[in-house]
Parts: sequence; structure tokens; C-alpha cells
Amino acid sequence: MRIAITTSGKDLDAPVDPRFGRAKSFVIYDTDSGQWSVLENAQNLNAAQGAGIQAATTVVNAGAQAVLTGNCGPKAFRTLAAGKVKVYTGVSGTVREAIEQLKAGQLEAAGAANVESHSGTGL
Amino acid sequence: MRIAVASGKGGTGKTTVATSLALVLADAGSVEFLDCDVEEPNAHLFLKPAIERREPIQIPVPRVDEAECTRCGRCAEVCQFKAIAVLKDTVLTFPELCHGCTGCWMLCPERAISPTGREIGAVESGWAGCVGFHHGWLRVGEAMSPPLIRAVKRQARQADFTVLDAPPGTSCPVVESVKDADVVVLVTEPTPFGLHDLELAADMVAALGLPAAVVINRAGIGDGRVNDFCRSRGLPLLLEIPFDRRIAEAYSRGEPLVAALPECHATFQALAEDLQRIAAR
Repeated sequence: MRIAITTSGKDLDAPVDPRFGRAKSFVIYDTDSGQWSVLENAQNLNAAQGAGIQAATTVVNAGAQAVLTGNCGPKAFRTLAAGKVKVYTGVSGTVREAIEQLKAGQLEAAGAANVESHSGTGL
Repeated sequence: MRIAVASGKGGTGKTTVATSLALVLADAGSVEFLDCDVEEPNAHLFLKPAIERREPIQIPVPRVDEAECTRCGRCAEVCQFKAIAVLKDTVLTFPELCHGCTGCWMLCPERAISPTGREIGAVESGWAGCVGFHHGWLRVGEAMSPPLIRAVKRQARQADFTVLDAPPGTSCPVVESVKDADVVVLVTEPTPFGLHDLELAADMVAALGLPAAVVINRAGIGDGRVNDFCRSRGLPLLLEIPFDRRIAEAYSRGEPLVAALPECHATFQALAEDLQRIAAR
């Protein structure tokens, strides 16, 4: 299974970015092979609106089936749900720790957005 | 003649000036009054029109026929507001983000997108005495008022004088309200905040190439820097309305200034004549 983890860095030891739509990057990690790559999200960082929708589109079309992040707003959540991507919010620590927590079954998929629209702006 | 009443700062007295202008102009010819502040219309509190009709206003938003769609992504690419997301297996629309530009259905190579309507508010029309009255109500939660402002402006009948009460600020809703005016009245107050926003408003009307003039409200509460600014920019300062308790009391009762203080009638007549001269230049 491919998972996307929001990060403010560019490797497995970087911190999880608490923002989804305006995360600096996504680590796309394959839990079967252990291989990973980084997807930049720079174009959304300063988008006036629609950052969550665009980021969710990127993640869905990268083939991810799960997202690990801090917060996820309603439009991003709706887009991810349409792409059949499970969303795990409230995740912190490093990207590696987040992956281990998911593998150990310590994370619970969210049933809805956990923050309002535009929560990632001004952080 | 079309007179738009605008201001940078809110609460300077746009509606006080606009309603009194409309009432004195009604002595000289037919008048249509357009309250273009569709986010918080208030001119009806003073002109007390009898509303005769209400019309819901819609903007066109996309509807995607998923059977025809090939997920090519052209629509999402042209949308500047991320109102369409093209995923591997489906397409999502976010009507609340759509500005109704028509780009997605014009450019869809499969003709899989067609326009459908989304209600953003309503316009109401009626008569305030012999003044034709029109205003709009933006649905609570809507972010975009210009399409509704355009709908308010479409209601106006041909008249000798059209008075437009603009929303505050200097952004799209104001530009939409004032852009085809023959003259723009900028209402301000003699305070640092009033001056700051007057400068922005003066730059906006200059960028639109519109003749403008200034009215100072609550004259006496601040300093002379607004007067200095008007002189330096060649903006005619046509009227200073004093800071007077009787004016505030009339306002709080919903009485137009020229009705509450009859001595103001001649003052506003002079203002109307000055504006006609500026518009005719």
C-alpha cells in the first residue's frame, strides 16, 4: 500500500507537517517494498484558495491509499474521500515514526475533517 | 447621469450622502437608486421603499457528465479557483469556489461539462416615492458579490439620474459598482484612517479613469490633512458635513438627512449641481 505523509523536510527523519494542503512536501512511501520518494507541494504553499483540493488531487493521482498528517480541512477531506484515500489526522513526530505507528495499528482513520477551511493559512 | 457614491473606509456616510442626493435630484428629474452594497444593504432603512418584486439570482457553475469525461484534466487546469478536481476515477466540483467564468465548459474537449445554476442571492425592486429603488441581498456565506451587483444594476430603468450607493473598500465589488459612473463621490472623514482609505479610493477611481469629487463627513473631528490631500491631488472638495448631534439622531431614526434637516436641502442641491458640472467636463 502506498501512503502519503505530509512533511516540512524531505526524508524519513524530517518532521510531519501539521498542515495538509499547505504542507511543504509529501513523502510517498510503499509499505510493501519500503521504497519512498518525495513530492513537492510548493505551488500550493502560497495558493490563495483551493490548496487542500489541489494537494488532495496530487496525493490521489500519486496512487496513495492513505494520508498521514496533522490537520485536514473539509474540501481536502472530501477530495481524498472521493479518491478512496483514508485520512489519519493528529499525526506528529517524524515521518518514520508516523509510518511505524500506522504499521503497528496505532492510528485510527478519521471520519471527517478535523479543522475548518483555511486553517493552514497564516501558520 | 450616473453618480456613484463610494468610500475607502466603511461607515463614513456613503448612504447618508447617496440617499439625500437621490431625494434632491428627484425635484429635477427621474431618479433610480441602486444600493450596490449587497453584503449589507441599508439604504432601504432611509428611503423606505415599497418593494414590488423579488428575483432570485443565480450564477452558472459546472455540472460534469462523468460518462463523457475522459479525466483529461483540462477543466481543472484552466480553473483559477480550484473549483474542479480531476481524480483518476472521478471528477469533483466545488460550486462555492466557482466564479462562473464559463472556462471549463467552453474548453472541455469532450463537451462533458454543462452549466447549471447556483443561487447566490436575490434582487428586490420597488418605489420610494417617485424614486425607483433596487437593492440586492447576498446569501449569507457567499464570498462573491460582483455577479449580484451586476444583477442589481441590470434592474435600473432609464432615468435622468441614477444614484449608486457602493460598498466600502476598493476591491472588485466597488469597481463593479462604480466603473460606468459619470462621476464618483468619495465620502470620507477627517481622520488618519479616513485619509488613508481616501488615498486608496482616489487611486482606484484614477485607475478607472473616472472623474471624482470628495465629501467630508463629521467635519471638525479631525485635522486638515484630508483637505490638503484633496488640494494636492486636484480633487474638488464639494461639501463638508459638520459633526452634529442632530444628524446622528436623524440617522439613528432612519431619516434621510435632507428630510430631517430641511436647511440641508439647498446644500445637497448645490452638491448635485457641482457633480453635474464635473460629469459634463
